[in-house]
Amino acid sequence: MTATLPPRAAADPQGAGPARVNSYTSGKLPRWAAPALTVACLMGAIAVVALLAAAGAIGEFSLVLAVILGTVSAIALITTISLIAEGRRAATNRFMIALVITAFVVALLPLVSVLSTVLVNGAPRFDLQFFTWSMRSVIGEGGGALHAIVGTLQITAWATLISVPIGLFAAIYLVEYGRGPLARAITFFVDVMTGIPSIVAGLFAYALFALIFGEGVRLGFAGSVALSVLMIPVVVRSSEEMLKLVPNELREAAYALGVPKWLTVVKVVLPTAAAGIITGITLAIARVIGETAPLLIVAGFTSSMNYNAFSERMQSLPVFVYTQYANPGTDVDVYLERAWAGALTLIIIVMALNLIARLITRLFQPKAGR
Amino acid sequence: MTATTPRPASAEALPAKPAIRLGDLLFSRAALWSGGLILVILAAVAIFLVAQSIPALTADPADFVGQPASFLDYVWPLVFGTLWSAALALVMALPLAIGIALFISHYAPRKLAQALGYLVDLLAAVPSVVYGLWGIGVLAPAIQPVYSWLVDNAGWFPLFAGPVSGTGRTILTAGIVLGVMILPVMTAICREVFLQTPVLHEEAALALGATRWEMIRMAVLPFGRPGIISGAMLGLGRALGETMAVAMVLSPQAIVSFALLQSANPSTIAANIALSFPEAYGVNVNLLIATGLVLFLITLAVNSIARYVVNRRKDFSGAN
Repeated sequence: MTATLPPRAAADPQGAGPARVNSYTSGKLPRWAAPALTVACLMGAIAVVALLAAAGAIGEFSLVLAVILGTVSAIALITTISLIAEGRRAATNRFMIALVITAFVVALLPLVSVLSTVLVNGAPRFDLQFFTWSMRSVIGEGGGALHAIVGTLQITAWATLISVPIGLFAAIYLVEYGRGPLARAITFFVDVMTGIPSIVAGLFAYALFALIFGEGVRLGFAGSVALSVLMIPVVVRSSEEMLKLVPNELREAAYALGVPKWLTVVKVVLPTAAAGIITGITLAIARVIGETAPLLIVAGFTSSMNYNAFSERMQSLPVFVYTQYANPGTDVDVYLERAWAGALTLIIIVMALNLIARLITRLFQPKAGR
Repeated sequence: MTATTPRPASAEALPAKPAIRLGDLLFSRAALWSGGLILVILAAVAIFLVAQSIPALTADPADFVGQPASFLDYVWPLVFGTLWSAALALVMALPLAIGIALFISHYAPRKLAQALGYLVDLLAAVPSVVYGLWGIGVLAPAIQPVYSWLVDNAGWFPLFAGPVSGTGRTILTAGIVLGVMILPVMTAICREVFLQTPVLHEEAALALGATRWEMIRMAVLPFGRPGIISGAMLGLGRALGETMAVAMVLSPQAIVSFALLQSANPSTIAANIALSFPEAYGVNVNLLIATGLVLFLITLAVNSIARYVVNRRKDFSGAN
């Protein structure tokens, strides 16, 4: 620790460094000093930028520039004042606090920007026609995303039907049965599988179905298989965590009553962990429902309705957004508006799923044992 | 239960081994097969990709779109673009992620901390195609003046060499979007690890008179270093495989260039597949699958290293 801490002024002989401030005995800035300085700097920066804009020195008033200027000057000012009044250590501390808070605010900027942009640009076409029309024979204005919504629901439903049994049983194996190298291998490869790029999952599904149906295959169900590859590890991990939380006393009590192991799992362990497992599954669905790349490859895109996931191309909502953006007709704005409306729908679905997941955890959490 | 359990008539008729119940057998087998199936799926991903790649590796390069001299010639600019954009994203996102994680774990008021954590997690909930739209519709035009300014004033620096892109659709923009996308996963892992710092270490540092930052530097950061490394690696894995944001933001060319602000940018493997696959035919499909195999191997290596680092420290059981 002596290596990391700078030599203290207090350790100096008397009068050795009159310019140095002893941070143990020196004064402290009042609590309101930093917030007040920040507000003052921001105001000042806005005023300066507004004056500059009025004087014609810069093009036009830019709030972004003002906020950046204000933040930088606030950090510099607080650090300097603290350095003078409180000493070097306290100044470093204040500087780092300012940096950490700035980092957090900077991270929120894209979130706010994305959500507000989607809301503003998506609202004009977020109407009844958008949810009741497909894009068949639509050129230019009008049209909707019904075919994409139906496709997304079907593809995701099939992916859930494939992933949940496999993922849940694998989690049960890992927690209740798994011992030795196989269990360790599964744990490791589930972790590795969470990192498979979504596009690789799409290529895998294509390669698999091309083997059965020949080259150039496009199927909604193939999309489901690709999504399952992405979804299974998420389901396994979350279910595993939840099953591990079930107190061992419950299992032992069941065994003591002579209940077979499988009935213990079905009637005791799973109901106890049910809320957490359902939350995990909901979050997994939320993760894959926005996947674009694998569906672009194996489910293809179309402008017509297709209720059958086992034949022909199937549009999905993320791919709808992408194709509206990527292949606009003569009237670009109309296509972009549809893309933004699709993005808004997608975000609402994902946020709703996240909210439901949190609600389930909150409402159905078992009361005992935590 | 009575139906599945054969009851011995009397005590002396007890079998030496308990009879295995049918339900138990079926259930444990189902669990075992599901676990095994995961390994099978992962193996199948590798096998199918390899099998479909072989035609591209043996084919005449003249059949490929764009007539590259060889497969390596085709894939190298893409590999470069993938690594370069992911590295840019990592460089921008890692300090931010550490800062946010520290803010949530050690600076924010306790009551607020969890809600603020959710807020950052919301970034992960936005689908990648929406990030793509945002990158091209909002970020690129907004940041283009900054690029012009950089080229005018710092153009001597090789990374900022001109001529500047007029649209703002450069690899730096793609890197920023990727950075935003990998921020939540890195923040989550750093946060978990920082929260697991032994409280006694922190209190000991504070009791010796350390300021809060000195406490973090002496107690929290050394303890959390493996977590930071693995979080960075996982974020890198995400950034390497991310498709749509890059595919939409960049207008790619097959070049190798470090310049950040020009309109000619290298593409990434994933973006190239997404853009070319719908129109690909014949051996070009195999070619794209072969590039996918390269991507798979890169991400597999990165993720395995990350997991190895995490698993070495069993204390981080909560860290994803």
